[in-house]
Amino acid sequence: MLSKKQIFTKGILAVAPHMFSVIPFGVVCGAIGIELGFSPILVYAMSIIIFGGASQIVFLQLLSGGASALIAVTSVGVINSRHLLYGAVLSEYLEKLSFIKKLLISYLVVDQGFAESNKFFQKNRNETHLHYHLLGSGGTLWVCWQISTLAGIILGSFVPEELGLKFAVPLTFIAIVVQDLKKLDHVIVMITCGLSSLLFFDAPFKSYIIISPIIALFVAALVLRLKK
Amino acid sequence: MTWLSIIIAGIVTYFMRMIMVALVDRDLLGERVKAVLAYVPSAVFPAIIFPGIFINDYGIFIEMNDPKIFGAIVAILVGYFSRNVIATILSGLFSYWIIIFLL
Repeated sequence: MLSKKQIFTKGILAVAPHMFSVIPFGVVCGAIGIELGFSPILVYAMSIIIFGGASQIVFLQLLSGGASALIAVTSVGVINSRHLLYGAVLSEYLEKLSFIKKLLISYLVVDQGFAESNKFFQKNRNETHLHYHLLGSGGTLWVCWQISTLAGIILGSFVPEELGLKFAVPLTFIAIVVQDLKKLDHVIVMITCGLSSLLFFDAPFKSYIIISPIIALFVAALVLRLKK
Repeated sequence: MTWLSIIIAGIVTYFMRMIMVALVDRDLLGERVKAVLAYVPSAVFPAIIFPGIFINDYGIFIEMNDPKIFGAIVAILVGYFSRNVIATILSGLFSYWIIIFLL
């Protein structure tokens, strides 16, 4: 049996390698918010209230491009719907926690923390204090995210507009999905989404950001059916 | 208005994180739904990537010799082979800057 402290430390160490991507991503996220013309307090508050890098950038980009608030909020919902999947996977290991603890620990679940803690959970099913791993991984990511977005907000106010830092937005998302280009089914879904987004770009209220994922998920369901 | 929508977006995100852990039976999501949810990143992010590259600030399609296309191709190649997030973003930005400032 490992102690709470040991498991907590393991959680911290498990996400440590991810800092090489999380910290620059946080800096980019903060800097882009400023570049898009939002106030520093607002950009920073998102890191606490939403705490989800990709969705924070998309949200600001849509609003600055003239999208309605409803579209911006809905797209955050679509992007973060993957957390339903994470929650469903994690719930098996967090079953014994009190309701309040479940409510609190949920806030800390992000992509990298989920991936690492889930690996640990699968190998150590019988440990009693499993959730301390998630506290360690999620807590570390939270602290680093806060510091790096703040750093980006400060840096962003010095970056001259001519650099065209906005181009970092598509590049950041290329970095997120590029490894999935190795899988044909994912490539089909990505191309469907990308082409639909160009096709529906002029649809009212920037609704392409909702329409194209829906079309792409429909294609994903078809692809899944064909794979069987 | 922006503040209100951030708060709502935060609540929506928190619910996605919390609902399967704390409120509903995890078996509510069937295997099929879970399998489709695994495609969410691939189904969402190209809608940011494609317009971010191919459509300019005025909502017009760019020319095929635009430096952004070159930057994106470099980023995809570097990302694919290096598996490194920072290298992907920086290689794309630098190759874009080289073209707009030097050529």
